[in-house]
Amino acid sequence: MNELLDPLLLARWQFGLTTVYHFLFVPLTIGLASTAAVFQTAWYRTGKAEYLRITRFFGSIFLINFAMGVVTGIVQEFQFGMNWSEYSRFVGDVFGAPLAMEGLLAFFFEATFIGLWIFGWDKLPRGLHLATIWATAIGSILSAYFIIAANAFMQNPVGYEMNADKGRAELVDIWALLANPVALAAFPHTIAASFMVAAGLVISAAAWHLARNQHLDTMRPALKFGLWVMVGAGILTTVFGDQLSLAMVATQPMKMAAAEATYDTVCGADASFSLFTLGTPDGSTELFSVRVPYLLSFLSTHTFDGCVEGINDLQAEYTALYGPGDYSPIIWITYWAFRWMIGLGMLHVLVAVVGLWLTRRGRMPRHPLIWKAAIWSFPLSLAAMIVGWIFTEMGRQPWIVFSLLPTASAVSPNVTGLEVLISLVAFTLIYGTLAVVEVRLVLRAIRKGPPEVGEPDPESGRIEPAATVY
Amino acid sequence: MDLSVLWFWIVGFLFVGYFVLDGFDFGVGMSLPFLGRDDTDRRVLINTIGPVWDLNETWVIVAGASLFAAFPEWYATLFSGFYLALLLILLALIARGVSFEYRHQRPESRWKEWFDGMIVVGSAVPALLWGVAFANIVQGVPLDADHNYTGTLFDLLNPYALLGGLTTLLLFFTHGVVFVSLKTEGDLRERARRLATRSGVVTIVVAAVFLLWTGLASGTPWFWILAGVAAVALVAGWLANGRGAEGRAFILFAITIAAAVFALFASLFPDVMPASNDPANSLTIANASSTPYTLTVMSWLALVALPLVLAYQGWTYWVFRKRVTRTAIEAAAH
Ligand code: HDD
Ligand code: HEM
Ligand code: HEM
Repeated sequence: MNELLDPLLLARWQFGLTTVYHFLFVPLTIGLASTAAVFQTAWYRTGKAEYLRITRFFGSIFLINFAMGVVTGIVQEFQFGMNWSEYSRFVGDVFGAPLAMEGLLAFFFEATFIGLWIFGWDKLPRGLHLATIWATAIGSILSAYFIIAANAFMQNPVGYEMNADKGRAELVDIWALLANPVALAAFPHTIAASFMVAAGLVISAAAWHLARNQHLDTMRPALKFGLWVMVGAGILTTVFGDQLSLAMVATQPMKMAAAEATYDTVCGADASFSLFTLGTPDGSTELFSVRVPYLLSFLSTHTFDGCVEGINDLQAEYTALYGPGDYSPIIWITYWAFRWMIGLGMLHVLVAVVGLWLTRRGRMPRHPLIWKAAIWSFPLSLAAMIVGWIFTEMGRQPWIVFSLLPTASAVSPNVTGLEVLISLVAFTLIYGTLAVVEVRLVLRAIRKGPPEVGEPDPESGRIEPAATVY
Repeated sequence: MDLSVLWFWIVGFLFVGYFVLDGFDFGVGMSLPFLGRDDTDRRVLINTIGPVWDLNETWVIVAGASLFAAFPEWYATLFSGFYLALLLILLALIARGVSFEYRHQRPESRWKEWFDGMIVVGSAVPALLWGVAFANIVQGVPLDADHNYTGTLFDLLNPYALLGGLTTLLLFFTHGVVFVSLKTEGDLRERARRLATRSGVVTIVVAAVFLLWTGLASGTPWFWILAGVAAVALVAGWLANGRGAEGRAFILFAITIAAAVFALFASLFPDVMPASNDPANSLTIANASSTPYTLTVMSWLALVALPLVLAYQGWTYWVFRKRVTRTAIEAAAH
């Protein structure tokens, strides 16, 4: 019973659950705001009704999703203090600043302009109304930057000094904090990955209609757009992922060792990357594997004769530095999460390339399997994103702030296991219920198809968009 | 002035922004069963705050983040100490937030009733509990030497704090109903005005008792001045509403809320969370704040960002200044 009510374990489950849940909505918010902005710009410049219809179609999905992003985000903000008060005391001086910047510079911006966009169709001049969706998109990308800069401090603490008296980290250089090399690589990687996820949704929705041979005038351009964005963003994600690997090896070698489950230090050709492995669950004994020699060396150092430190050597090093303890994360999670992130993501770039080929010059593939594969684009690219974060966050364990604060010392000392259990159950129930409602509403909106937008005015040749109300 | 003192007041200002703005959202939400006679009425009510509720709610996110950055100890103690109360607030805000967006997604009346209910509860719970939380902060709570809260949820539900909660609940309710009369037309506007007259009387009585109680327990000169301003504005707002001067009534209610929240901050000063068991354990501006460097960074941030934020939010209110009518709602595509 007491083990069930361990506040640390429960708080970790709650944080993992609520953060992953929040992050189901974030990539779509980032990606779909820009998608709507692009199509609305196309409408603004050409006046073609199709583009307006596409804008409103993806706009409505974006809004259903956005509401969830907002309400789950508030939970994130409060949770640091509620469940991780020792952590908040330790890092508040450093970590609070980027969070406050996020609120003041990004969230206010985003929340205000999205209201103007939703309700401003008939109230603002066209150009200004177009600007509000771009402002929303920029706000969402800005907010990602600040939160990632905050998270990067946990991966690679910079710009601080320790205050032994107060037992906390104190900010000494805000620019170092904001220009953390980990943040500079993780931010573009996350944004590019968010565009992949949004492109996945566009492809899935378009494929669903095209497979039924309906809404060709709107869904064909949407599909093309989605496929191109998937390929482009996929390439960018890979390029920045590669940069991120370098930053990660430089700052948290243990994470790379855990990602590859290498126990002993390996160099050159031996530093191979396994595409697939059968073995004991913790990866310590291998039964069968497909390996690419040199690849791990290349990923970690950009040379073919580099060395990658193994878990055992790092463990010895860290014990000498930080005292006795286990300094490796749960290996099978990091090992598989890393592979699934890359595998699922790259698969969708491939699917998109094939899709572009099959639909070249106005062709329409007939085989239902092709459309089925396309419809999976969205859930699977979202899954790649999520396991990427699980890798990042769990690969950092046992630290909450790498090398400074262990996760076990970060939990609120005065919050009881029962209290955390109550909140964990409450969040699970409400999030679970809302997930069902949200998925149904999104599917319904997709099935309904792009809305009619009315006939152009005979005199001016323009369409007057209808007002939106709740 | 010491930067940490400045930030004490900036945090106060951010909470004032939150309570004044999201306060009327809560009021509008709670008014659904009183003013919404049919579905169109209820849609009119929701649409009066439709474009702005999210930006209003963002004030609490910014207030929380600023608390975290400027007073990490205060943030840590408050949020971990008031754990279950904050959980209830979070659940309520989740229910309310999704309801605005999801209510109109389907035509069935059962679907709508369900979300109407969540809007009402999701508005009333935070309106009540924020008052309970602030009253407890002002009154002081038991803290140990590490500044950790040692009480339980039930210790927070003491008579004084419950009175504080009732005060915010009623203030926000009346504030929201006045907002409805400012933003609607015809019958609904008239009914809102009459409802505000009635609820205003109760609000005046309860708020007066709460402010007197606070003043007698921990009143400072500044508290009395600010509480006086709040009291005068409240009565003047009620009178203005009675005469049908909705705009003036709304502004006076906003002043009431602002002055009352600042009065609570004034009675706290220079503590941020007094310990009721042992004053030596109190959290103060001095021992809860961040370093001067962080506060300098934050001050530049606020100096650049806040005027901008106020400007574009003001503009939004101006864009949506027209009254929401039944005809427009019925005509709009669903
Ligand atoms: C669609 C999603 C997606 C795809 C296809 C990839 N990634 Fe990724 N990756 C993410 C989505 C993601 C993420 C958004 O989930 C993470 C979590 C933290 C972050 O910054 O981005 C991430 C983290 C992350 C990290 C961990 C950083 C850290 O812990 O400090 C590394 C090393 C990589 N990625 C490397 C790659 C490489 C080399 C890829 C391709 C060849 C790749 N990722 C494809
Ligand atoms: C960028 C801002 C983020 C911050 C500041 C942050 C912070 C934290 C903190 C404080 C913990 C608790 C310590 C722990 O349980 O180990 C944690 C754990 C976790 N986070 Fe993050 N996180 C961020 C982003 C994300 C995202 C976007 C995801 C996923 C979608 C994520 C997934 C997780 C998971 C799965 C855990 C649980 C790990 C475990 O318990 O071992 N995090 N993170
Ligand atoms: C664990 C850390 C996190 C915290 C504390 C947090 C906080 C928040 C908050 C408070 C909101 C609501 C904003 C509103 O009401 O307008 C929100 C929404 C959002 N968050 Fe998170 N978030 C976290 C993780 C992330 C990450 C990792 C990203 C981006 C990569 C992100 C990007 C966003 C975006 C784009 C929204 C969309 C909705 C909006 O801004 O209104 N968040 N988040």
